[in-house]
Amino acid sequence: MSKISDDISKDLKDQPKFTSDIGDKAQDHHTFDIGEQTFLKKLQHFLHGNPTIVPVIILILSVIAFGFIAGGKFFSAFNLSLIVQQVTIVGILAAAQTLIILTAGIDLSVAAMMVLASVVMGKLSIDFGMPTLPAIAIGMISGVVTGAINGLLVTRLKLPPFIVTLGTWNIFFALVIFFTGSQSIRSSVIEENAPLLHFWGERINLGGFVFTYGAFLMIAIFVFLWFMLNKTAWGRHVYAIGDDKDAAELSGIRTDRMLVSIYAVAGLVIAIGAWVSIGRVGSVSPTSFYEGNLDSITAVVIGGTSLFGGRGTIIGSLFGALIVGVFSSGLSIAGLDVLWQRFALGCLIIIAVGIDQWIRKVSN
Amino acid sequence: MKPVLVAKNLSKKYGRVVALDSADLELYPGEVLGVIGDNGAGKSTLIKVLCGAVIPDSGEILLDGENVTFTSPIEARKLGIETVYQNLALSPALSITDNMFLGREIRKKGFLGKFLRFLDKKAMADEARKRLSDLGLLTIQNIDQLVETLSGGQRQGVAVARATSFGTKVVIMDEPTAALGVKESRRVLELIGEVRARKIPIILISHNMPHVFEVADRIHIHRLGTRLCVIDPKKYEMSDAVAFMTGAKEPPKV
Repeated sequence: MSKISDDISKDLKDQPKFTSDIGDKAQDHHTFDIGEQTFLKKLQHFLHGNPTIVPVIILILSVIAFGFIAGGKFFSAFNLSLIVQQVTIVGILAAAQTLIILTAGIDLSVAAMMVLASVVMGKLSIDFGMPTLPAIAIGMISGVVTGAINGLLVTRLKLPPFIVTLGTWNIFFALVIFFTGSQSIRSSVIEENAPLLHFWGERINLGGFVFTYGAFLMIAIFVFLWFMLNKTAWGRHVYAIGDDKDAAELSGIRTDRMLVSIYAVAGLVIAIGAWVSIGRVGSVSPTSFYEGNLDSITAVVIGGTSLFGGRGTIIGSLFGALIVGVFSSGLSIAGLDVLWQRFALGCLIIIAVGIDQWIRKVSN
Repeated sequence: MKPVLVAKNLSKKYGRVVALDSADLELYPGEVLGVIGDNGAGKSTLIKVLCGAVIPDSGEILLDGENVTFTSPIEARKLGIETVYQNLALSPALSITDNMFLGREIRKKGFLGKFLRFLDKKAMADEARKRLSDLGLLTIQNIDQLVETLSGGQRQGVAVARATSFGTKVVIMDEPTAALGVKESRRVLELIGEVRARKIPIILISHNMPHVFEVADRIHIHRLGTRLCVIDPKKYEMSDAVAFMTGAKEPPKV
């Protein structure tokens, strides 16, 4: 045994002692020389610090490009206000989706949840003759509850959000069919019995630009969530959980409780979207917004929020939704087939995520 | 002098593996206690018990003479036992200020804070700047810098500043120099000195013998799940410590 300890002590003697051998000597070779930075590197750093710039640039470029391709028709007040109207619902869904994606999750059930909430509002106020306001309130509660169910399944059963929401998407959709018997509630019936459900579809004309109330509500939702995310502890915790859940837990954040609250807030936003959607579409249709899930994810991703969580801005998703709207409108005015609109959108998603990955490399 | 933290007869079994076998530990006010031991000696279990990450099968922990129990790191932290984890438990995409106050944010006064729950960002930034400069870390210029833009040593500095900022009674540091370069390790050892100067006792777990011998006031040697001995680094050589650790030499009587 003593042999081993002799060897060890010999080894230890060879080790440098910090105070004497290294101490205060210059260690400059240890620091990294940043040196001459290329333009590309500087751009990368700039974009890393200002993640919302990318969607803004894409939005401006695409507006200019479609101005050339589609001509004056694209810039008409009518068309520009139409884009905003068309974007309203996807925008609200994208706002909710952003919250979930910031936590490194994904919600495939947003559209089904929204249709379910709109069915609750429509059924209660039309078929059950409930006064409209309480019916809307119960619809809002259904949004919070369905959101919280997603959150509870994610945190209690420790299932990946993708799987949980894939399941609840189908469950909520089935419930919608069950409650409605696949029947729509017609617009004229709603107008007659519960006109309040159409409130957000009302229009005002501002110098040729026609906006629905719903468009203003969408903007208000984004501004509100921006304040929540940036000015409150709750918002900082959303980012912390998405960034590194274990670290957040060790920092004293009750991550499970936080996640349930985030899913519930997303559910509330989606239920508000449900009310707006009745105004936008006119009727309550069980099969509407079937592509709302993927459209909302597209808007969030194009808006520069990382699918890996913790990075991104809520305002970026608004720009993302607008970019999608500009693309579909511009391409259809230019006379391109719908299939090419989807083709272009697909390219846009891949480019957006590619740029995002490139910007992220800055920290390595 | 009364110890700040005392662990008595701590035992923990994982199935048939005995990780802790009636282990004791005492930490006195203002000292740096090095904890060393061979791999598998049970020192990380001991530390996990002290910071609340593992619940012991038996034994007791006394903090300031009072019997305490906790079932999570959050509870241990509420009692004043802060841990600087090896992976630092920081959120790289958040700023230095956000990280320092994560889970303990300061709200604005009045209506904005109470009902709208707005954060007082200025107060947090001022406080964070003060904490960092107290520890001699003013080389970090911008308090709103994201943590991912900091070097490993600077991150350690943020984690230590956080751990010593909230009425802390004990700081546990788990392998603080393991992932760092020579110069950065140097800074962290100085940092340990700064914390000691502020009379906060530290438990330092490290594999790096020269580091432990340089900063520790006493060294707790762990072997086979229990405390083998506590030595004074001025009276023993590193080779002696290694010999005790590996069982090659009889330890002095405690």
